[in-house]
Amino acid sequence: MTFIGNKSDLRVVGTRPVRPDGVDKVTGRATYGADFRLPGQLVGKILRSPHAHARIIKIDTSKAEALAGVKAVMTSADLPDIDPTEAFVGEGPTNFRDQSLNIMARGKVLYEGHAVAAVAATSQSIADAALALIDVTYEVLPHVIDVEAAMAPDAPVLDEAMFTAGVDPKPTKASNIAKKIVLKSGDIEAGFASADVIAEGRYVTAAVHQAYIEPHACVAAINADGQCTVYASSQGHFMIRAFCSKLLNIELSNIRVIPMEIGGGFGGKTIIYLEPVALTLARKSGRPVKIVMSRDEVFRASGPTSGAVVEVKMGAKKDGTIVAAQAVMKLQAGAFQGSPVQPAMMCAFAMYNIANVHETGYDVLSNRPKVAAYRAPGAPIGSYAAEQVVDDLARQLGMDPITLREKNAAKAGTKTVYGVTFPDIGFEQVLAAAKSHPHWKAPLGPNQGRGLATGFWFNIGGESSASVFINEDGSVNVVSGSPDIGGSRASMAMMAAEVLGIPVDNVRPIIGDTASIGFTNVTGGSRVTYATGMATVQATEKVIEQLKQRAAMIWDISPDAVDWKDGQAVPAGANAGGFDPLPLAAIAAKAAKTGGPIGAEVSINAQGAGPGFGAHICDVEVDRETGQTTILRYTAVQDVGRAIHPSYVEGQIQGGAVQGIGWALNEEYIYDKNGRMDNSGFLDYRVPVASDLPMIDAVLVEVPNTRHPFGVRGVGEVPIVPPMGAIGNAIRDAIGIRLHSLPMSPPKVRAALDAGQG
Amino acid sequence: MSKIHVTTIINGEPTEFLADPSLTLLDALRDDLGLTGTKEGCGSGDCGACSVMLDGRLVCSCLVLAVETEGRTVDTIEGMATGDTLHPVQRQFLEHAALQCGFCTPGFLVAAKALLEKNNNPTETEVRFWLAGNLCRCTGYDKIIRAVMDAAAEMRGEKV
Repeated sequence: MTFIGNKSDLRVVGTRPVRPDGVDKVTGRATYGADFRLPGQLVGKILRSPHAHARIIKIDTSKAEALAGVKAVMTSADLPDIDPTEAFVGEGPTNFRDQSLNIMARGKVLYEGHAVAAVAATSQSIADAALALIDVTYEVLPHVIDVEAAMAPDAPVLDEAMFTAGVDPKPTKASNIAKKIVLKSGDIEAGFASADVIAEGRYVTAAVHQAYIEPHACVAAINADGQCTVYASSQGHFMIRAFCSKLLNIELSNIRVIPMEIGGGFGGKTIIYLEPVALTLARKSGRPVKIVMSRDEVFRASGPTSGAVVEVKMGAKKDGTIVAAQAVMKLQAGAFQGSPVQPAMMCAFAMYNIANVHETGYDVLSNRPKVAAYRAPGAPIGSYAAEQVVDDLARQLGMDPITLREKNAAKAGTKTVYGVTFPDIGFEQVLAAAKSHPHWKAPLGPNQGRGLATGFWFNIGGESSASVFINEDGSVNVVSGSPDIGGSRASMAMMAAEVLGIPVDNVRPIIGDTASIGFTNVTGGSRVTYATGMATVQATEKVIEQLKQRAAMIWDISPDAVDWKDGQAVPAGANAGGFDPLPLAAIAAKAAKTGGPIGAEVSINAQGAGPGFGAHICDVEVDRETGQTTILRYTAVQDVGRAIHPSYVEGQIQGGAVQGIGWALNEEYIYDKNGRMDNSGFLDYRVPVASDLPMIDAVLVEVPNTRHPFGVRGVGEVPIVPPMGAIGNAIRDAIGIRLHSLPMSPPKVRAALDAGQG
Repeated sequence: MSKIHVTTIINGEPTEFLADPSLTLLDALRDDLGLTGTKEGCGSGDCGACSVMLDGRLVCSCLVLAVETEGRTVDTIEGMATGDTLHPVQRQFLEHAALQCGFCTPGFLVAAKALLEKNNNPTETEVRFWLAGNLCRCTGYDKIIRAVMDAAAEMRGEKV
């Protein structure tokens, strides 16, 4: 399908219909992971390490096994050994061996909450009692939590086989630094030498959790013939299938994963924790097993994103041209390698055309849960530091912060430090929209300040499958392989309806399970509306070709002489014949006589995803007595390509911004001296609540991505990138002091005010 | 310990069930009575996903023992719509796209309806503080607040 550039040609795309799964969700009928049950199912529970770092000397499960009502007990001895092979499922390369070690510890526990054993029992209380009867003998080892402490030469080493990659010559001593990465362009020394002003800062971020409200949950069953069925909520049921297959040595075709509704993920459900455990318990007990994490387990044992130390230095000419940017980033990976340090480095300066860039990054293990993807993984961490240094440059130059950014803005043809040259992007349009927004010039009161920051995320395409079926009455079903985490079913139905020229209410979208639709990569990377949308559009076009052929058959003319217009087949011109239009329903009714059912499935690996840019403006008021920062006003401007359903696009921007506000002001993993998490509940790990916030004004800038038929760009991740920088800059503006660590909580603000410095 | 017989009224229906003394109302609703619209997000009264009405008062069902409902009335999300007719707050949530994943939605709806029954003309600040016990991680609350304000206007008979 050719790109539709003219918005006025669209009838469904850009409207705001009620989402097709909406009524189920406001009446309590939608079935999430923990809502599902199978006859005869057992309760599965996991025993977790109380120690941050310890050798497992012995696990005695005999007493638990003897308890009445216990049907199975497992440890890592029940899992096959895995070669450390790499494969791509989820948002990045995943080491299956690490994943196996993470779901059930072998030899050592590497963080508090690390799974060591699991039971399946006939009730919750019996399962709890059984866990208490499992006797684990530990040899407690020294632990390390802080990222820079973990990099020290004398730090306790988590993995004796870990030798820092990316260092020449290869180190001879094991360390917690899994990888060193360098990105560079131009000549950094010459860049700084040519600068008239230089700004720099060292910024520290805390580990934060995705904090989806639905804890991880699954039900798993194995038949006597080895056929496995898993019911789970996740960001990718094909991802679950791949992990279960690899971690348990089961052929893919013998595993069927059925997606339940998902109660939030934000990247944290692009990975598995429970399913192979539940399948193993199901195999050993001969009964279905359900495992649901508690909130405490979610915090202690599922992936937060990295805390980090980021040092940034930038230089600019008097006219505002940024000539040099340098960064050193140290990111916590948790207990296994794989922090998002690389995307953090790639995104930090991507908004700007800078000739000389030099970045060094470290992926660092420590005794924390293994990090998982969190919305634009890494990007907010690097941007938080970089955007405050840009703000300092603007202050030194006496320039408006937007004008400085406009002067250096990336545009089509700008080459990034990681080697990609941007196609048509909308960053300049975003900055212009921010500058002309009334918010930018609104007056401020005492102790109030305004900050601006920008952000970038790649957005991805990737493997997606969709099928479109015309039912006998002319109604339409769309099946896709992408779990719907925030309204994507509505987008799929709208795109199919647009192409078919029919009302969106005539299209019913569902999510197919792993055995009923082709492979589809995870709902992540802001890829679903782009890639699965593209598959849906292409499948719909194939269906239209069939509809035209059927009409041609009915009219007894050549298919070339049939056009599809407004949901009907029409003769292509006067020469084709004087036939009345044939509506979709009329063709569908005759399908059996014209060749059989009408439908098509398309599987693609979508290329050409459009990079996304945003700019956020934030006003704060700081209470000098308590140190409390209140968000007074918030405006988030973003290039969204084209909004299929604008309400859900706004929702992505508002939700992402508020997660960033939590990251900036409240949220952090707090550890005690034994390496145990001190705040593993929503009372003490405080995500933003309604009374903390103003309305979030989401401004949609539409610079279409011409590689998608309707111009879609991913939208879900960009909005979490700018908030921490914007709020840091706003607090700096309000109190004249720059804070250097997250969260910018009342005690830190108070301390900075008392000390008179950041 | 043997189970206790509980007689209660749930969504207007006289209901009997057997409960272990330690069973929460949340687990009774979800596991014993099949009313899974009420969600568990934390089990500690911090997230509001399990909000239900107990004798007309808004409570976290994870903090109520099932046996405490003896002789009382419980109203859950499953009882909010009347047949095919959605409550105004349910309809406004749909119109405003005030949900993304939908997991917190039942709790928000139960809490919002409770507010509107006490105060059908709340200010934005009153709505924000009333709903401060309900966590939503997807929406940033903006559209939720607008939906509740418009539901209030609709219930006052104003055109929205």
